[in-house]
Parts: sequence; structure tokens; C-alpha cells
Amino acid sequence: MVGERELVLNQPSGRKNCGKVHELLPDVRKPREDGEPGWASGLRKLYNSVIEEPLPDSFQDLLKKLDDSDDD
Amino acid sequence: MMTERTRTCPSDEGFRAELLAVLPHLRAFARGLSGRPDFADDLVQEAAIKAWSARDRYQPGTNMRAWTFAILRNHYLSELRRNKRQAAFDEGAAERLLVMEPDQEAPLHLGDMETALQQLTPERREAVLLVGASGFSYEEAAAISECPIGTMKSRVARARADLARILDTHPRTGATSSRTG
Repeated sequence: MVGERELVLNQPSGRKNCGKVHELLPDVRKPREDGEPGWASGLRKLYNSVIEEPLPDSFQDLLKKLDDSDDD
Repeated sequence: MMTERTRTCPSDEGFRAELLAVLPHLRAFARGLSGRPDFADDLVQEAAIKAWSARDRYQPGTNMRAWTFAILRNHYLSELRRNKRQAAFDEGAAERLLVMEPDQEAPLHLGDMETALQQLTPERREAVLLVGASGFSYEEAAAISECPIGTMKSRVARARADLARILDTHPRTGATSSRTG
């Protein structure tokens, strides 16, 4: 259970681990000055935090799989 | 270990480069859809292989991201149907919601947003991920989700309303003044 939680972005109890996935969204509930809801930037932040993650090692094998899957 | 086809077809190399470039985006989309990093990465790899196998149907210069997102989305739905992972996901979401409780006094974290996202219906979650997070146009998102543009607009609007409501009512303390940067 804990192991799975460590893998996901949602780690509300892990304050000591202050990586980017724990970045605070202080005004997420209030409209910003530009009129965009705070949660909208929060959503993009969440999304971009995954984009910025390095690809896991398991993806190293993907290149080989691509080379090997020449079936179509 | 490269195949004959890969060696002799430069366009395959171009395709592969494009495909590898969208992998981080596919991971973010899959993570948002499923809420499960391990499952999401499996989806991405399987979708990438499907895309590679179907590369003859891809038109160079068109939108690789939209094309692969559609492949991933269809694969995700078929996996849900086949493996009935939805039940497992629902349990995981409920568990994460419980985990949220001790941290209610703090300003929202990205985890709060993720939790809110996972409370949306699958169609609305997908819609807001495509338009609100991935930056697709309504037209592109509708094509990916295989629905009319009006339906996509409606889903996005409802997802936005849901998120605003969930995030507004989520904390018990109304900690909007707890600004820490």
C-alpha cells in the first residue's frame, strides 16, 4: 500500500520529501489576476511534473521492442 | 540488432524519433487517465508499440501527439474492459482520499489536484486532460475521444466546474490564506 503511494504524485503525508511533485498550489481555489482559475495552472503543473520526469529504466527496452516488432 | 526494415527506411528513423519525443506526454496523459503510474507506463509502452506497428498509416508532418494519444486512449479503454481494472482503480482512489485526511490544514499540493482529477467521471477527466492540460484544441480532443466537438466542450466545461467545486469544498479549514509561495 505504501509502496504504491510512493509511486504516485499524491503523497500528502510525505512533507519531508520536498521534490517538485510536492509543490504547493496556494491559490488553487482562487481566480488569478489573469482570470484563470488557480486549479487550471495546478492541473498543468501536475501534468508537466510527469512530463519532466526522466523515463523509467523500463523504457530502455522499448527501443528493442520497436526494432523487434516489425510485424506490420 | 536492428531489423532490415529499420536499416533501410530512413522514414522509420524519423518516425521513431517523433514517437520517442512524445513518450513523456503520453506518460502524463496515461497517468492522468488512470491515476496509476505502473499501469500508465505499461499503457504507454504498449501504445508505443502499437503506434510503431501502425507507422505505415501515419502521415509524416501531421500531429504525432494527437495520433498517439488516440492510440493510447483506445488501448486504455480496451484494457479497462478486458482486465476490469476500473474496480481496482476505484479502490485506490478511495484509499488515497483517506490518506488525504491528515493533511487538510495545508495548502493544496499537486496531490490534491491529482485526487480531485481522479474524482471526475472518466469522460470528463479525459476531456480536461486533453484540453486543459495537454493543450489540444476542442477539435483535436474531440477527434482523439471520437466524439462531437460540442460533446467535448460540454465535458470540459463540466470537468472544470467539478474541479472548481471539489477543490473549493475539499479542505475543511479554508486554507486559501496559507500562502507559502
